[in-house]
Amino acid sequence: MDIKPVEIKTDDYSVWYEPESSTAFFQGFLRLDGMVEYQPIMDLLLSAVEQSSRFNVNLKELEFLNSSGISMLSMFVVRVRDRGNTQLVLQGSEKVLWQTKSLKNLQRLMPSLTLEFSS
Amino acid sequence: MVQANNSQIFGAFLETVPASEEYLTLNFSPSSAPRKRRWSNYGLSADFLGDYFAAFFPGDTLPNSQINRRNTVKASVSYIANELIENAVKYSDEALSLPISITLFLYELEIIFQITNYSNLETGADYQTFVQTILNSEPSEFYMQQLEKTATGSGGSSMGLLTMINDYSAQFGWRFQTSHHHPDVVQVTVMAHLEV
Repeated sequence: MDIKPVEIKTDDYSVWYEPESSTAFFQGFLRLDGMVEYQPIMDLLLSAVEQSSRFNVNLKELEFLNSSGISMLSMFVVRVRDRGNTQLVLQGSEKVLWQTKSLKNLQRLMPSLTLEFSS
Repeated sequence: MVQANNSQIFGAFLETVPASEEYLTLNFSPSSAPRKRRWSNYGLSADFLGDYFAAFFPGDTLPNSQINRRNTVKASVSYIANELIENAVKYSDEALSLPISITLFLYELEIIFQITNYSNLETGADYQTFVQTILNSEPSEFYMQQLEKTATGSGGSSMGLLTMINDYSAQFGWRFQTSHHHPDVVQVTVMAHLEV
């Protein structure tokens, strides 16, 4: 059986999935070198989203994401959009600048996406 | 003998930047170390530039924001410097063994970023075509077009420049310069203006 990791952890960042709340958590500083390097994270998200009809991505503690990471998130959003049967929620923080600047554009890719900002 | 140059300028590029009391330059030596090993140093450098320039700003609150002025400068400078350095590394021809140089100039109302790298002719020409496309487009519309392309896997990466323009309202200028001494090399200088 193909077992996908539910956690990716390095000195700079962590990404993990908690099935109980159907939430993928991001933490730290993510600036990988291009889409190829983001593939393991993308795989984690895609495998996790298979399991739920409502899926949360909690980015509140992700202090930095480079544009390749934003591209990865946009790819994920479009994959979920095209499946058509999952309610996707992105959880951001008003205290993290890149989130206040860039997350709203992902909603334009998928109008049914919910953006939840907390302070 | 006078060195003959051929230079093409686009957008908000200043040949001479105004005098600034505060500026800082980082040079990255060409390196034989694998890119993977060098990559995290670029992020560290961008964070350093963010911290360095943020220190000139007070921590007062900004309208409609929960992030104070100092932390806003810190995060914006760090994002933009990181994207500029990443692009310069991607577009550099490593075989040329020429350095990348980034300078930030601080003014009362803006920070100017200037970054130089050396590309081969093909990469330089592709970049110049993309610059012309950007300049002839409506920023927000072009951004969404490219994001949709990127998201469906049918477009290259160009989101770095477009996020800086669209999300951070940075104004860009470019200079592509060749010299008779090095006809196979294009010196690419990118200038970004960030309001502070």
